[in-house]
Order: sequence, then structure tokens, then C-alpha cells
Amino acid sequence: MIRARKLSKRFGDKRVLEGLDLEVPRGGFVLVTGPNGSGKTTLLRLCAGLFAPTGGELEVDVPRGAIGFLGHEPLVYRELTPLENLDLYGRLYRLPERRERAGAMLERFGLWRARNERAGTFSRGMLQRLALCRTFLHDSDLLLLDEPFDGLDAEGADLLQTELAERTGVTALVATHDPEALSGRASARLAIT
Amino acid sequence: MSAYAGDVAALARKDLLLELRSRDTLPAMLLFVVSALTIFHFALPSGSSERAETGLLWIAIVFTALLGLTRAFAAEREQGLLDGLVLAPCDRSAIWLGKTIGVTLFLVLAEIVALPAFALFFHPLSWELVAAVALADIGIAAIGTLLAAIAAASRARELMLPLMFLPLAIPVVIGGVGASIAANPGTFLAFLGLYDGVFAILSWASFEYVITE
Repeated sequence: MIRARKLSKRFGDKRVLEGLDLEVPRGGFVLVTGPNGSGKTTLLRLCAGLFAPTGGELEVDVPRGAIGFLGHEPLVYRELTPLENLDLYGRLYRLPERRERAGAMLERFGLWRARNERAGTFSRGMLQRLALCRTFLHDSDLLLLDEPFDGLDAEGADLLQTELAERTGVTALVATHDPEALSGRASARLAIT
Repeated sequence: MSAYAGDVAALARKDLLLELRSRDTLPAMLLFVVSALTIFHFALPSGSSERAETGLLWIAIVFTALLGLTRAFAAEREQGLLDGLVLAPCDRSAIWLGKTIGVTLFLVLAEIVALPAFALFFHPLSWELVAAVALADIGIAAIGTLLAAIAAASRARELMLPLMFLPLAIPVVIGGVGASIAANPGTFLAFLGLYDGVFAILSWASFEYVITE
């Protein structure tokens, strides 16, 4: 599913990743840990195709539309409502019955009552919930999650755990500073230093 | 409607909705173009040539477009939203086309105010002038949106966009002024049409490379 050989990434003179080897089989759930600036986010962005490697090889055996990506930004338009945001993404991902799926996802993550409010008025935790709705809106073969518990309260964290538990067989690469929260689910850990 | 056309329509609709709610771009464009024409009206000596008056209109149009283009990718840039659009399985040129439609519409709306103001301050509008403005809008929006995407990815974006856009807008001004005052406007209108075609195809084909690293 994901195979990296001597993967490296530089931004100008700054070396962010160097000589990374990684193999994630289909259905693998890998936790990526490491201190700030170690390259966890860069690795996820490389796997998503948002960055091109500077050196080495990277194979991600998943079509673009089958990746669920959660980054530092929620990737939602602040002037649009949650329903409008999910409807737009549902359209671009060619989802059948996208409005029903959007509604169901908002209900699942506790945002249904705020469905017609502008996302710009949301708290950090609500934006993270909306970002999770966007990430899980389509059926992914590969999940790339960067600090998925960031900003979530206990209820939000439980909802995320439930969502991940239902997605058995999905390959996942999760960058986190709190590996214990997902240790029961992880098949491997990658520590970047 | 094909999937591609549906994507373009959804993306263009999104931009119009964003503008309707934020009112960031269009009011600024309207204020700028009317202010510029008012200043030109008082700055230009009486009895100035039609060429000079028309030239000032085109300068106002080009800089108004530049103002709109500066904001074209503002939401995507400030909130990192291009990542979300790039990851979607739609054809990435649909992002360019949707954005170009939005930019064109804002420009047309600004000109709906600007052209009557020009007629009031300077001289009556001719069909050649209106046709030239309509053709120029397409070319300006096509290449301008591509350049706005390039500039959005750079640090000195406020500097980069004018530096890239203004040299490429020179043919639009030449074609526009020529179509408005020359004895053979057809040649200049054809030139503007050719400009539109060439830059629309170039921008459409190269957008994917511009928004991916």
C-alpha cells in the first residue's frame, strides 16, 4: 500500500526528512510519532501527493480520490455552512446521495444542529469535528490523519474512536503526540527523530 | 450535465457564494474603477483625444481586474484549502475554470458600472468598445487566474502577481484601444479573440502543474 525507500524531503536548505524507509501493508495502522519538526506532517503530505519527494522513492498504491486526509487546517470554507462544505466535497468526490451522506456525517459528529451556521463561527473543536466529517465523507482506502484528536473534547474523541473502529481494513498512517490514545488499534509504530 | 461541467459549476457557485457573504472583492473593484475614472475625468485636459480617453478606460479595467485577481485565491490561500481541492478526484483544471468564471463575472459586474461612468465622463460607448471589453475580460480572467494561483503559492504574492500579470496585459490594452478607435476594429477584435484562445488553452492545460508542487 505504501512503500518508501530512502525517502527525503528538503525545503531549500532545510532537511526535513532524510533516508526514511517505510512499508505499510494494506490494512496496516501505523502511528507516526516524533518531536515537533521531525517531519511527521511532511511524511503525511508526501503520502497524500501534496509534496513531491526530494530524494528516494515513494509508492502509494491508492488512487487520489480514495485518500482521506486530515491536516492541520480543517480544509473547509469559513464562509460556508457545514452542509454547504460537505456538499461541495461530495460533489467533487462524485458521491451518490451526497446530501444524505453529509447530513448523516454531521449527525454522527454532533454537528447537525449547527448545519446551517457558518463554519467561521465555530470553535476549534467544532472545526476539528467538521474536518473529520470531511475526511470520512467518502469511503477511503487510505487514511492520513495528522493529530486527529487535536482540539477535540472527550465526546469528540470517543466519536473519532468509534469512526475508526468501524473502518476495519482501511490502511492508516496517523501522526500523533498521544500514541496511547490509538495504541490498541495500531499495528506498528514509526518513530521519527 | 457532464461530471466535469458539474464540478466547474459547483466550484464557480462556491466562489459566488463566498463573495456574496464576505463582500470582500466586488465592492473594492467597483469603488476602484469609479474612483479611477473620476480622477481621470478631472486630470485629463479638455479636448483630449479619443485615444487618450479610451486608453485610460483600459488602464482602469486592467487595474480593477488586478484587484479582483489579488483576492481570487484568498480563501484557499489563507485557510490552506487548495489541499482539499487538489486531493479531490476531479480534474484539477476544473478548479481553474470555476475560478476563471467567478473572476470574469466580477469583472463584468464592475464594468456594468464602469462603462456607463465612462460614457458619462468622456464619450458615448461604441459597440466595438463593448465587444472589445467583453473579449478582453475572458483573456484577463484566463491568464490572470493562472498567475494568481502561481502568486498565491509564493511569499511575495502581492508583488509577484502585478509583475507577472501587467506585462501579459499589454496586448489586451493594445487590442482594446485599437478595437475602440481604429478604422478596422475587426482586426483588433480578432487579435483579442486569439489572445483569449491561446491563453485560455495554455492556462487550462498548465494549471495542474501550477497547483501541485
